[in-house]
Amino acid sequence: MSDSKLNENGEKNSKIIEMTCIVCPIGCHLKVKVDEDGKFLSVTGNRCPRGAEYAKQEVTDPRRVLPTSVRVKNGELPLVSVRTESAIPKRLIFEAMKVVKSIEVEAPVKRGQVIVENLLDTGVNLIATRTVKKIDIDELKC
Amino acid sequence: MKKVKYDVVVLGGGAAGMGAIKGALSENVKTLLIEREASTGGVLNQCIHNGFGIHVFNQELSGPEYHEMYLEKLGTFDAMYETTVLKVDEKHNLLHAISKDGVYEIEYGALVLATGARERPFEALRISGTRPAGIFTAGLAQHFVNLENKLPGHKAVILGSGDIGLIMARRLTLEGVKVEGVYEIMPYQGGLTRNIVQCLDDFNIPLHLSTSVIKVHGKERLEGVTVAKFENGRPVEGSERFIECDTLVASVGLIPENDLVKEIVEIDLSEGAVVDDLMRTNIPNIFAAGNNVCIHDLVDFVTMEGEMAGKNAALVSKGEKLPERKAIIKEGNNVRILSTKYTTASQAFKLYLRVSKPMGTTALYLNDERIKVVPVAKPSEMIELTLDPSKYKMRGKVILSALEVGK
Repeated sequence: MSDSKLNENGEKNSKIIEMTCIVCPIGCHLKVKVDEDGKFLSVTGNRCPRGAEYAKQEVTDPRRVLPTSVRVKNGELPLVSVRTESAIPKRLIFEAMKVVKSIEVEAPVKRGQVIVENLLDTGVNLIATRTVKKIDIDELKC
Repeated sequence: MKKVKYDVVVLGGGAAGMGAIKGALSENVKTLLIEREASTGGVLNQCIHNGFGIHVFNQELSGPEYHEMYLEKLGTFDAMYETTVLKVDEKHNLLHAISKDGVYEIEYGALVLATGARERPFEALRISGTRPAGIFTAGLAQHFVNLENKLPGHKAVILGSGDIGLIMARRLTLEGVKVEGVYEIMPYQGGLTRNIVQCLDDFNIPLHLSTSVIKVHGKERLEGVTVAKFENGRPVEGSERFIECDTLVASVGLIPENDLVKEIVEIDLSEGAVVDDLMRTNIPNIFAAGNNVCIHDLVDFVTMEGEMAGKNAALVSKGEKLPERKAIIKEGNNVRILSTKYTTASQAFKLYLRVSKPMGTTALYLNDERIKVVPVAKPSEMIELTLDPSKYKMRGKVILSALEVGK
């Protein structure tokens, strides 16, 4: 641990990061204090404890749920909507999209079905968010 | 012509209509859904992003999940799909409808209008220049990308900062389209702050306030747009800037869909059907719920309105007499939109309002009485109120107003 840079109060140098909380529609304006290594110290401006949780998560490991879609073979629709079961690290979003674009699932697809298990080793599954039935060949004939 | 008869008929099978079916079925009446598309769900089917269901299901779901989970709660019900209603004959309680297998005359005991909203078209903006291919409303672009697996283009400009535009900025970016920026003519955002953060900021997409498109360029395909700064509703000379793009996505508002009934049902200035706290229109056996009443932020509240409309429609169809209107509710200072325009003062009821300008800490008044204080009030974010007639006087005319009391 570095003990070289201390300010006049004998504390490590800290800085304030400003952000808008996105937990609920109020959108509190948060001021998050972090140390020189970016470690969370404190937060002001939040109106509820969830805002404090969000601020801490956002400065240490920002995460987002990824909603997108995956191609379907022999389905009534060309796509099935999917999302990550919970939030994944924000920095992995585009890499996750590469995986999403590379796959195709066979109809029928059920809502909640796991499309990709443990997406990019995040421990989070990619799941289908709707049902896509198999295309009815007989129906196509008439 | 085929003739059928139902106690309650619901027009539109989106979130409000499904709610209305549930509400009507809870009273054990013979109920029919009429839907233009081949299935229920309405716009939920293409809203694949998360943020739905926080109130109804206590979890954050995508639109398709919300639709399917709600549908499972409904069980079986009668429905006519790919069917269009041509006319409501309110004097004889008849609907004229047309479907693939012919023309129908449908008799109803009570009717629920759950026709939702349509997008304000680009042409409504009267922007100069050419009209090449490549101009889409946000919902249309969403339909192409999310349901048909088609990309609208390669480099996009988003016009208007409504929620669907913000959601599409992210969606297009994830699909490899370069989104140059979002342009909003007003000095404040149109959509929810959380969407600004997670759809624009996360992807470094700039939001340009007080700026709009003033000219469209291109012959066959869109080649670019000219944008300019706006002041007092007019473009600022010298601020024009050309942006090369092949796609323009317009997210410039939703209009309540009431064309079918505009000659018989009272409609307000923002084109919403006027209802009382029972979701009843000026016609005692016609109810309305959802975005054809006023544009909502949250689907959950649309569902709840639908449930109430369906239940009350069922009661009327059984011959029950519902309470009469006791007071008219009017928009006062700084209040632009009210979901409920009359009250029967018979029970506590929910009302949604929008303010007309962004304000800090805001107090809401019912006549002269302060009834709620909110930490922040924005036109883009609906404020929910519960009004209890045993607490507040509601006779004659009631005025709801908003006053900024702090920053």
